[in-house]
Amino acid sequence: MEVGQMQRRLVDYTKSLFMEGFLDAQFLQLQQLQDESNPDFVVEVVSLFFDDSEKLLNDLTMALDQPNVDFKKVDAHVHQLKGSSSSIGAQRVKNACIAFRSFCEEQNIDATLRCLQQVKQEYYLVKNKLETMLRLEQQIVAAGGSIPMIELGF
Amino acid sequence: MLSGQEDSKNVLCARKSGKGVLAAPFRLLKTNRLGVILTFAVYKRDLPLNATPTERIQATDGYLGGVFDIESLVEKLLQQLASKQTILVNVLDTTNQSYPISMYGSNASNAGLEHVSLLNFGDPFRKHEMRCRFKQKPPWPWLGITTSIGILVIALLVGHIFHATVNRLAKVEDDCHKMMELKKQAEAADVAKSQFLATVSHEIRTPMNGVLGMLHILMDTDLDVTQLDYVRTAQASGKALVALINEVLDQAKIKSGKLELEEVQFDLRAILDDVLSLFSGKSQDKGVELAVYISDQVPQMLIGDPGRFRQIIINLMGNSIKFTEKGHILVTVHLVEEVIDSIEVETESSSENTLSGFPVADRRQSWKGFRTFSQEGSINPFSHSISLIVSVEDTGEGIPLEAQSRVFTPFMQVDPSISRTHGGTGIGLSISKCLVNLMKGEIGFVSIPKIGSTFTFTAVFTSGSSSSKKYKSQQINKMSNSVSSEFYGMRALVMDPRPVRAKVSKYQIRRLGIHVEVVSQWKQGLSSIRRGSNAINMVIIEQEVWDKYLNNSTLFFDTLEKIDYGTPPKVFLLSNSISSSGANISTGVCNMTVIPKPWRASMLAAALQRTMGVGNKGNPCNGQLPSLSLRNLLLGRKILIVDDNNVNLKVAAGALKKYGADVVSATRGIEAIELLTPPHQFDACFMDIQMPEMDGFEATRRIRDMEHNINNRIHHGELSVEAYNNVSNWHVSILAMTADVIQATHEECLRCGMDGYVSKPFEAEQLYREVSRFFQ
Repeated sequence: MEVGQMQRRLVDYTKSLFMEGFLDAQFLQLQQLQDESNPDFVVEVVSLFFDDSEKLLNDLTMALDQPNVDFKKVDAHVHQLKGSSSSIGAQRVKNACIAFRSFCEEQNIDATLRCLQQVKQEYYLVKNKLETMLRLEQQIVAAGGSIPMIELGF
Repeated sequence: MLSGQEDSKNVLCARKSGKGVLAAPFRLLKTNRLGVILTFAVYKRDLPLNATPTERIQATDGYLGGVFDIESLVEKLLQQLASKQTILVNVLDTTNQSYPISMYGSNASNAGLEHVSLLNFGDPFRKHEMRCRFKQKPPWPWLGITTSIGILVIALLVGHIFHATVNRLAKVEDDCHKMMELKKQAEAADVAKSQFLATVSHEIRTPMNGVLGMLHILMDTDLDVTQLDYVRTAQASGKALVALINEVLDQAKIKSGKLELEEVQFDLRAILDDVLSLFSGKSQDKGVELAVYISDQVPQMLIGDPGRFRQIIINLMGNSIKFTEKGHILVTVHLVEEVIDSIEVETESSSENTLSGFPVADRRQSWKGFRTFSQEGSINPFSHSISLIVSVEDTGEGIPLEAQSRVFTPFMQVDPSISRTHGGTGIGLSISKCLVNLMKGEIGFVSIPKIGSTFTFTAVFTSGSSSSKKYKSQQINKMSNSVSSEFYGMRALVMDPRPVRAKVSKYQIRRLGIHVEVVSQWKQGLSSIRRGSNAINMVIIEQEVWDKYLNNSTLFFDTLEKIDYGTPPKVFLLSNSISSSGANISTGVCNMTVIPKPWRASMLAAALQRTMGVGNKGNPCNGQLPSLSLRNLLLGRKILIVDDNNVNLKVAAGALKKYGADVVSATRGIEAIELLTPPHQFDACFMDIQMPEMDGFEATRRIRDMEHNINNRIHHGELSVEAYNNVSNWHVSILAMTADVIQATHEECLRCGMDGYVSKPFEAEQLYREVSRFFQ
């Protein structure tokens, strides 16, 4: 596939992620922080996010598996996840976390379990999307092209 | 001759009475005509009047008699009458009633009218009468008859006319009364209908708002993709319904004359930017090019009703978008004076000279009938009044000729199938017309089927730059005014073969204060760049040009690279729609930024700021703040960031590094305390509040205590100032980074000695505000 086509695909894909609410303006900010002095910024942050989130999700699963659930701990983890997803612009994950936290306050086990499922689902979705996007970018760079920047006019 | 036999009685009577006595008529001897004898007694002596008959008889001496020829007598007496021969006269002796003796006249039949008169010959004993009659029957009095008949007829006719008139009057009055009654009923029905509509619509609006509100809340809960899609569709339908209800309510308000316009200060260009972005999605989907051009002579601020103005433009543009599948939609705003001047000057423009190359209906036809133009020189002499003329030109299907007269009628649509395919009820244009009239303007259109339509309206506003205190100014994005500061004086080169579109692009770019040069040919552009007499900072290429000269792309970028003077210009591509374009985005070293159309100044500014490396601009909409200032503030400063979340740390660090700061990261409160123990080189610290081991508040408190301690000891001379970099008053600025900004948190921040707070993730404006307080 030639470079132009790949670039076009990337642009369309990125645009769709924004339109569907997976990513918000914060992700754009991240992209803008990437420049010649910091060429892999986005990749680094995203990888960090993935590692962090996997760990947190594991911790959460374990915490909610306990017979006596320590909601404070659960809340702390969710807070972390909310913070990082917010920094990266993973909007849907962030929203799921917000809902999660409110149920934590209520100490509602069933609801929190459901929320956990929801958060996991959103996380895997956005992970998938981001990985696809990053892969596309890598392919373009490997083929000698440059990543087109789109001004989305938000 | 007298014989005395017939006469004896008479004579004796005469002797007795002393009066003359007439004998019965008899035939005279000689002439054989009728005659009578009149006998008088002659007395010896004068007798008194009361003498008795006996005395008279005694006194009688003799007799005197005279013979009368009746005929000649009558003839002589009645000569006049009798001789005429048209009148017949009969004289009769009627002493004996049953046997009248005819004395004179023929015994003609007694036809006709007879006039009978009594004759007195002086003889009391005898009676005579005369009968006259016309010989011939009198002729019919034709004249009289005709005249009277005529008069009768005339009288009848007059009477008839009179009668008929009176009848008719009565009937007409009757009808009139009936009509009045019906009219009153109709009006009452109309009023009732409007009221009903308004009430019902209002009642519908409330639950609708409830539905929309709930949908909005629903969107924020956990939904999967399909559910989200459903919710979005429901929302769209709900919003359409609310829009419809609002239209109906507007219509009712207008009819009852209760619609009033606001008087608020507003920025026309910002409003059109809004409208442009509203329709950008739809126009991109359809592949129709959307553009806005506002003349320089239109003032920056105007006073009027921006909401209603927006409503009119949205209505016209909505119609255009609905019915346009190809080509362009161009909105232009000019002062009425500009257009009037150009009416005579402008020659017939060729059909290729339009925005997209598709032919359009000639806009001048749409304002041909406007009264504003026909009165030469009667433009308001009031200094503050501004008359604008706005045109919306499209290359759509056009309006069929037979429907053109009904265009502004409410609820009228060209074709019943339209509401099925396109939606809408057809009230929009009639409301727009009313609104335009309220703004003291006129609205008109020209439409050629299969070519396109152009709608034009005028409106009167007042200039907003004077007397700003009186009017509330609108709280809308003022970005269009202030963004220009950074790019002022830069130069741009626009490559676009179509002059109309180039004009639009030029307008948008000049809003940023950038000087624009337009070329229509690729080669021209290259030579301009190469010439380099005036450094060109950016090249803006229309997609059309790009598509045509794909092959030369490498040449183009090589040329750009080889510029000797300063940095090569940045390249921007104005593209119609990203997916449908055949654009081959370059493989050159120069990064090219794609700006999708419809584009406006703010988008260009954002792209410029990003590519020119002037700093983190992120969200262009609230870009009051040139990031240049942030860069100035933070360049070279040493900043400590403390956050237990790695991702947050990295992002925050990245953001600050972008502004040129020297960033050190820490993940725990303890580390922070260590690093901030004087003496240190840090200018500021961004501290996350919620951290597991030691939260931000605690860390800050400890740091402050430490600083306080050391400061005291320096003052008291226990510690030497030199050891502490000659600073005796240690106080490092600590800003809290928090995701939940609650009032309590803010107070807590201040209480433990923090100097301010910013939200996570960073927001440029807030960052600047907080940081500028101690980094001046």
